[in-house]
Amino acid sequence: MANHTIAHDVYVPFLEKKGFLSWILTTDHKRIGILYLVSTSLFFLAAGIIALLMRFELLTPASDFVDPHTYNVLFTLHGSIMVFFFIVPGLAASFGNFLIPLMIGARDVAFPKLNIASYWIYLLGTAILLVGLLKPADTGWTFYTPYSATTNTDVVLMTFGVFVLGFSSILTGLNFIVTTHKMRAPGMTWHRLPLFIWASYATSILQLLATPVVGITLLLLITERTLGVGFFDPAKGGDPILFQNFFWFYSHPAVYIMIIPAMGVISEIIPVFSRKPIFGYKAIAYSSLGIAFISFLVWAHHMFVSGISETAAMIFSFLTFLVAIPTAIKVFNWTATLYKGSIQLHSAMLYALGFIFLFTIGGLTGVFLGALAADVHLHDTYFVVAHMHYVMIGGTVMGFFGALHFWYPKWFGKMFNETVAKIAWFFVFVGFNVTFFPQFFLGVQGMPRRYASYPAEFESLMSLSTYGSWILGFGILVMVINLLSGLISGPKAPENPYNSLSLEWQIPSPPPHENFEEIPQVTDWTYGYGKKKELEV
Amino acid sequence: MAEADIEQPHGHHMDPATEYSSSKLGMWLFLGTEILLFGGLFAAYAIFHARFPEMFYEQHLELNRTMGAINTCVLIFSSLTMAMGVSAIKLGRQKTAAILILITIICGLTFGVIKYFEYSAKFSHHIYPDTSIFFSLYFLMTGLHMIHVFIGLGILAVVFVLTLKGKFDAKYNTPIEMGGLYWHLVDLIWIYLFPLLYLIG
Repeated sequence: MANHTIAHDVYVPFLEKKGFLSWILTTDHKRIGILYLVSTSLFFLAAGIIALLMRFELLTPASDFVDPHTYNVLFTLHGSIMVFFFIVPGLAASFGNFLIPLMIGARDVAFPKLNIASYWIYLLGTAILLVGLLKPADTGWTFYTPYSATTNTDVVLMTFGVFVLGFSSILTGLNFIVTTHKMRAPGMTWHRLPLFIWASYATSILQLLATPVVGITLLLLITERTLGVGFFDPAKGGDPILFQNFFWFYSHPAVYIMIIPAMGVISEIIPVFSRKPIFGYKAIAYSSLGIAFISFLVWAHHMFVSGISETAAMIFSFLTFLVAIPTAIKVFNWTATLYKGSIQLHSAMLYALGFIFLFTIGGLTGVFLGALAADVHLHDTYFVVAHMHYVMIGGTVMGFFGALHFWYPKWFGKMFNETVAKIAWFFVFVGFNVTFFPQFFLGVQGMPRRYASYPAEFESLMSLSTYGSWILGFGILVMVINLLSGLISGPKAPENPYNSLSLEWQIPSPPPHENFEEIPQVTDWTYGYGKKKELEV
Repeated sequence: MAEADIEQPHGHHMDPATEYSSSKLGMWLFLGTEILLFGGLFAAYAIFHARFPEMFYEQHLELNRTMGAINTCVLIFSSLTMAMGVSAIKLGRQKTAAILILITIICGLTFGVIKYFEYSAKFSHHIYPDTSIFFSLYFLMTGLHMIHVFIGLGILAVVFVLTLKGKFDAKYNTPIEMGGLYWHLVDLIWIYLFPLLYLIG
């Protein structure tokens, strides 16, 4: 009996075990989260370097640094790696894994073995896709037919890699949904769940519902190339537009797979550093589900100029506007949370504020593109590139960086240098805007995307954008160095450095192997800031 | 006690009732994704059938309705034996359950054999997946279904061996039930494929 008690009192952090096998065979959701975090971050950096190369080519109007074909290969690599390796699994799988059991008061996810199997499948998918990319592909990440059905690059391997990655995504989503339903601690009712959990839940639904459709689409593309099936080939009675319909039926919801987890992160960071309860909890929670639902009804807005009927275009344009409603609900509620809060500008908070600012620009320019008349002019121009990067970097990546800074002490049990983190944020924020804001103007003036060379009249804006990419790259470099050196030489993190009320902050940093010694009894939501003895902090 | 917990952290991190209901929810979600996977093909079927109704009618006459009908009966019967197998193990009758699962497996194999004859008849008439849109759909839909039959047979084979070894009883039989759910999905999809491909009127 005595031994029993002592064994429970000994705190063994989950990072304690060392060695390759202890990682690759782990079933601990926190370790699997790290596996995803490391893999996706490495791919993010690789694809980021490729982006810098592209921007370097665009410094001058002529295609003098790389030839046009190499440029096509570069944007294919950049897009495929960013989308399939980094941004889809990035926040959802890494922070989802780490946070979901901690936040709902569970010892692990519902199916821990399936969880590590999903990671192996992710690795397998990336390996297959990378082998496919060895033969330099230039299809872009969207694999549009008829080009993808006829080019002699390894489209079959690449799309099969994406198919396998989809499996990983489906199984992770399935695991998270079951975990949220079945593993919540006593008293953790649905309306007490942290908003990150609501966001992850909405994301998981999207992963389950949308991914199988892209799976079958890519299988059809593979049979098109291997068996001579002609669904997308007009010569055989097929229709290339059908591929676009199928592809975007997944890939538009996939955009929300990328952004909704970041919205969840922001909902966690804002109240902690405003010392106020989150404003409009239910509105934020259900708007995640609302976005998920509407996201299935808007796919054809990618195809306004592909030759769809006018009626269809008008309906899809209207439905696209609807997405703005749940999204705006979130933004309004976040700003209402900030209102009269005692705001602390911690680096994580800076990223969260950056998210709100940049994502609002990204979201509103999306409404421009959803408007039929404007889209005919702006389609496939730099305006789209700018819009998409404002959502994906200004939104998702800002959320990702914010999450990294916010949960870093909990995850690794160390502190990073806060001043350097703020400096890095400054360069990231400024660099990002200098890179992508000029691209809105370029797009309006008619500069098409995906070209290695351009008319001389665009040179000033184009080179400005390239200089911005250097600032952005420098900022990320500083951030990475700061976070890595924190791991090595940072001071030990306290249990709850921000005085947060969420469950994950009530246990040691880093958490012990099975998270909670006793499964907690939850009696309230986690956003009751500003009520109890806050001034002591 | 505590040390054993650390060594086998996830062996029993859920009570059996939660484990059962979690597996069931997870399985149903997974079956949903399988339906969506086939959903893409059903959508393609709807689009191309609307575009080429005559071609679909004329070419479907090449398919062997008798074999298709026999296969439909075989699969429906196998779903019955599977369901009986699940009921049997819930009553604790291990041997009966094992026999019923075995019959299910034999039905699945029979389905595969009949399908093999159908495919080879098509090939001998020089009908391949690239012959026409209709036959593309025929081969892809039945082919993807066949892959699912094989996966289902694999699951059932494992479940059968474990049942023989006495791993399941009235209290714990989740894998049999999950395998059964998967097998019913395989059956269900075929019930849609048969009229769509063989009975166009």
